[in-house]
Amino acid sequence: MAASSRVQVLRLYRALLRESQRFSSYNYRTYAIRRIRDAFRENKNIADSEKIEELLNKAKANLEVIQRQVCLFLSFL
Amino acid sequence: MREHSSSTCTWQSAAYSHTNGHECPKCPTALHHRFANSTHQLSHFLGVPEAGKCAEQRSCSHAHCKAHHETHLYSVKAAGLRLPIRAHGHRHLKKKGQYPHRFTALSNRLAAPCLRQPGPASGACRDGPEGAGTAALCPARAMLLWRRLAALRGQRAPRRLRAGGPGPGLGLGSESGPGPGPGPGPGKAVVRQSPCPRRDIPLLLPAPDRSFPSLFPSERTSDGGGAPRPLYMDVQATTPLDPRVLDSMLPYLTAYYGNPHSRTHAYGWESEAAMENARRQVANLIGADSREIIFTSGATESNNMAIKGVARFYKSRKKHIITTQTEHKCVLDSCRSLETEGFRITYLPVKKNGLIDLKELEAAFQPDTSLVSVMTVNNEIGVKQPIHDIGEICRAHKVFFHTDAAQAIGKIPMDVNNMKIDLMSISGHKIYGPKGVGALYVRRRPRVRLEPLQSGGGQERGLRSGTVPTPLAVGLGAACEVAQQEMEYDHKRISQLAERLVTKIMSEVPDVVMNGDQKDRYPGCINLSFAYVEGESLLMALKDVALSSGSACTSASLEPSYVLRAIGTDEDLAHSSIRFGIGRFTTEEEVDYTVQKCIQHVKRLREMSPLWEMVQDGIDLKSIKWTQH
Repeated sequence: MAASSRVQVLRLYRALLRESQRFSSYNYRTYAIRRIRDAFRENKNIADSEKIEELLNKAKANLEVIQRQVCLFLSFL
Repeated sequence: MREHSSSTCTWQSAAYSHTNGHECPKCPTALHHRFANSTHQLSHFLGVPEAGKCAEQRSCSHAHCKAHHETHLYSVKAAGLRLPIRAHGHRHLKKKGQYPHRFTALSNRLAAPCLRQPGPASGACRDGPEGAGTAALCPARAMLLWRRLAALRGQRAPRRLRAGGPGPGLGLGSESGPGPGPGPGPGKAVVRQSPCPRRDIPLLLPAPDRSFPSLFPSERTSDGGGAPRPLYMDVQATTPLDPRVLDSMLPYLTAYYGNPHSRTHAYGWESEAAMENARRQVANLIGADSREIIFTSGATESNNMAIKGVARFYKSRKKHIITTQTEHKCVLDSCRSLETEGFRITYLPVKKNGLIDLKELEAAFQPDTSLVSVMTVNNEIGVKQPIHDIGEICRAHKVFFHTDAAQAIGKIPMDVNNMKIDLMSISGHKIYGPKGVGALYVRRRPRVRLEPLQSGGGQERGLRSGTVPTPLAVGLGAACEVAQQEMEYDHKRISQLAERLVTKIMSEVPDVVMNGDQKDRYPGCINLSFAYVEGESLLMALKDVALSSGSACTSASLEPSYVLRAIGTDEDLAHSSIRFGIGRFTTEEEVDYTVQKCIQHVKRLREMSPLWEMVQDGIDLKSIKWTQH
């Protein structure tokens, strides 16, 4: 369980960072990358699996937000 | 937006040499330069690089119809540029001995590659006058694109630069169908890996090159060859939309468009649910109940509602209002209009550090005071008033306490019960939310009564009639929720960046004064006065940083800000003040760049200043008797 969740976390982290790199606006791009890194670093040591689950869901939701926003920016700017 | 498929001037394919100076014999040089300059100048003067682009894009999409020709003319006129209008017509070509029919023939050749698909418009270009007119446009547009590509080439070597030399397969004259599938048209400099399924959307913007991270990546330029967009350091004026906020608003701008006050169908119900959710989010941020939040069109309307509403409701018995001299213009103006209605207003002075004196506040109370209005964080100097204490005093005197918290909300923790606030104004676009929406917190226990400013169908508890704009309200709610989650992180970061900015500037440059209290302040709003330097000239010198010298609503007038006057700044120091705003999206590199440029220009301007020379020689400027001319 712990191993798979670690892999999951890392996969999400990489996906989030990759997606944020595609923001066409400098400010949003740097903010997203910085915030993602800091958020994952901050929650590095959480052991409670429920909390981890909740945070992972939030991360997944944020990933979708970033994907949509990146697409939107590329379409309009 | 249709793509312009021949970015290279057709003259190139005809083997005419083509430099920036445009020595092409067939194109009247004057015409090109003027035209090219116009679009270039447009981008500079209008301050919006897109302007030049738009004119050009319009020319692409509607290729050769007269209407778009006119559009360009209009935009040139609108820019106030005194360009010879003839540059855009064909009559002056006639004067130069070139005949329209020749251009018609050429325009036939130009027309086809200029269009992606041969449409009815291409037929139109075969007409004489239009053809000649468009002949004037085509090479000019090509010239602009050429310049843009040259600039791009200068910046870095993009991976797939197709246009720039006479492309072999550009099939001028023959190729008029759509470009090779989903790939780039010859007009694009870099291939964009579009995530969207619609790969055929051509975009004239070069994609940002992320393999070379730089402070000004190419995305900053909107047309590759024009001026880059400035850094944004003016967050007190407005803030960019947080992507999370925009994401939450989009469904209500597209699919769920119902009126939240429609009771009878699902569109209304879902819209109302979203609005109520937003209300709850706003209330959570300030520790209120959701029934106490009223959506308005912004903090200005909220301030007007609060001040005029309370004053007029209780006007039979209470005729006095207390406010401060550093309030926002809308508060001061509302008070002034109340004065004409017969109210008495006390404008409390502030101390040198921008904070009010609590003893003076106590002394100002009268038996018929109905309202005290003090803003939480000042938008010009960033000082934070002692809201807790003021709330206590007002509660003791049984007077309503209104605070304009537009700059404070979401940045410092606010609690209406702890701070004993009865009315609070909230602005959407100061907390990374949408413009055009705000809220007013109106306490229910003990009840604060207001006379509504806006009459109508009784929405928003009867206090503010009118349809609540669901997408904007949802955006405000989302902004408040995001702000609540990010408050600590943002505050820490902004404090660090502010510290960095101030320390660096103060250490390098002498005679810099920070306006406002050093400790009781919100760190993200820094107002510095540079002695012996004129503020406007410094702002103009710092043209690639977006700054302001005072609040946006007073920037049109030439007078120095009344806030600075109220804190007792000297006239000359007041004229040389700049406000730096640091927000959630500000980066360290931006701060460093701003600091570096600021120091450089302050030093340069001081070198040129005779006052500075005199000061260096030890002359006391105050002792000088300036002669009258």
